[in-house]
Amino acid sequence: MQSVTRQDLLDTALEKLADGTVSHVLGWSRGTFDYEATPTLFSDPDTLRTAFVWNDFCGANLSKYLIKHTRRLEGRLLVFLKPCDTYSFNQLLTEHRFERERVFVVGVPCNGMADPRKLKAQADGILSVTAEGDTLSVETLYDGTRTLAVADLLEERCLTCKSRRHAAYDLLLGEEGEVQDSARFDEVAAIEAMSPDERFAFWQKELSRCIRCNACRDVCPACTCEQCVFGNPSSGVENKAASNEFEEKLFHIIRALHVAGRCTDCGECSRVCPQGIPLHLLNRKFIKEINENYGVYQAGAEVGTRAPLVDFTLDDPEAETVVRRGDDA
Amino acid sequence: MRKCALSVMPDLLRAVAEATPLYLPVDTDKGDALFTRWFEGADWSGACNTARGPKDLFFPQTEDLVAFKTAGKTVEVLDIRREQEDFVVFGVRPCDVKAIEVLDRVFLSEPVDSFYAARRNHALIVTAACSRPTETCFCGTFGIDPTALCGDVTVWKTEDHVYWQAATEQGERFLAALDGFLEDADDTAVTAQRAQTAALLSRLPLHSLRADAFGGGKTEAFFDHPAWDTLSQSCLGCGTCTFVCPTCQCYDIKDFDTGHGVVRYRCWDSCMYSDFTKMAHGNPRLTQKERFRQRFMHKLVYYPENNDGLFSCVGCGRCLAKCPISMNIATVMNTLGGDAR
Repeated sequence: MQSVTRQDLLDTALEKLADGTVSHVLGWSRGTFDYEATPTLFSDPDTLRTAFVWNDFCGANLSKYLIKHTRRLEGRLLVFLKPCDTYSFNQLLTEHRFERERVFVVGVPCNGMADPRKLKAQADGILSVTAEGDTLSVETLYDGTRTLAVADLLEERCLTCKSRRHAAYDLLLGEEGEVQDSARFDEVAAIEAMSPDERFAFWQKELSRCIRCNACRDVCPACTCEQCVFGNPSSGVENKAASNEFEEKLFHIIRALHVAGRCTDCGECSRVCPQGIPLHLLNRKFIKEINENYGVYQAGAEVGTRAPLVDFTLDDPEAETVVRRGDDA
Repeated sequence: MRKCALSVMPDLLRAVAEATPLYLPVDTDKGDALFTRWFEGADWSGACNTARGPKDLFFPQTEDLVAFKTAGKTVEVLDIRREQEDFVVFGVRPCDVKAIEVLDRVFLSEPVDSFYAARRNHALIVTAACSRPTETCFCGTFGIDPTALCGDVTVWKTEDHVYWQAATEQGERFLAALDGFLEDADDTAVTAQRAQTAALLSRLPLHSLRADAFGGGKTEAFFDHPAWDTLSQSCLGCGTCTFVCPTCQCYDIKDFDTGHGVVRYRCWDSCMYSDFTKMAHGNPRLTQKERFRQRFMHKLVYYPENNDGLFSCVGCGRCLAKCPISMNIATVMNTLGGDAR
């Protein structure tokens, strides 16, 4: 259960629309089923009142949409951001992807979001889902009405939440949280502990499931190139489907390298992957490497910081030191 | 009608696989099921449907067409086609059988696609009737009865038996070869199951979704509909819906530089992508709105217009389950359907 209610968010949005602070509101509306939420832009109070949702399924990070909407629309946009989303927001500002003054950020506390895949694994033929405190009442076609604890359905990224503190907001609803003492690097460490052959087999198996739908790239707040090389027929490397096993792996590795130092670990890539590939682990590996070699760095914690990979300080280890560490590992 | 005990299925499937390559839905460790080549110990998945349809077996995501070998100033054209062997696809759901009909009309009409035709001509399809539909199912919208006889053979699985019926001559021959496993049966159990499934279908959330407003000749009614703006507003432009779709059939042909020649291959393409149908002057569909509209107009208007009213959506529900933003054809139909101008 979330600590602020739909009504809290709705009242704020209606007030800011009414007093002219903003002209549009970026939030979520119900998808086809109760366990889905579609990112939605609202401009009219009546639609907002009827269609706006805020519940345990609002996992979608809205920050990347700000690029498109601030370009297209006049006026100022209100956006609801959960703590992890605000890191993406700051990183986009650092990369000058939109103007800060065009956006009014409402920080929304988050107790973790439920994963529809986990819900569907536990309940077949879902007719409706109603939140009741810390549980969901799930009406099913086959097993009557089930009561499931939200805590058992949390998205993987929420189980290792890095921060409940917002990195940016203009207005905060509810109480501010703290940066979490997260175990998010444990999974990476487990893969590091594998032998090279085991590790290769692990990624081979995962990445061979990829269907090159590019959802990971298209949802990624760090992937904001005007045209991706992989979608540009003139680039020479454009590819819609992996033409061989090498390219299949290469796409994800190149993407991870491209966002290294800029990835905030928001976890959208793994959330949207239709094939359930744990893509965030590639990015998290780079974050772990950066932390270990250059000191702890969280992309998006502040606006305007220079990521270690594009910065230089006199304390940096020499390249040969880094290579030696790699050899030792 | 014939039947066998559920417990003999592993032996029966082994016998099929020993005679002919066999593909069937097998659970993965990701909690979904995929069509998989039979292996010793492969269990027929009980999943409502596979994560991707059987399309891959007829129209693979990437496929080499021809190769060119260069040496100095000579170019040699290599015929890399392989002789297609017979194969059996077991456990195809009725929506996916209908999807193959949609593909057939594209690839088997003149000029016939010889790669697709070779696979179709060598395939035998065993349909598995549905008894446990899920909330994303809406095949009824497109007139499909997921309990009815279709494909070459249909099986109905009950708690302890599997009932078999052939729909084609090829199917009759297939059942004759399995005679040692099968015994005669009446259709009481199947009839009861079909009634039970029909009752379940009537309780599905999308049961009342109708396609009547769509079809050939409706281009002008829907093309400039104002709702496309809001419907497409949050579309990421990824290819998920098109790549999990059992009827999406668009492909691109590309050359892969091998260093000493070229392999010309085709791969699935997606109307959601910015370079789809890109021409010398650019992409005719400039924004995601036009690309999004294309996908649904194709399914609901253009395809039926060219194919005797047949829709190219079969209501399998995969795009509903997989879209990262939960925007889909059901929402599009609901939004546009009651408001055709």
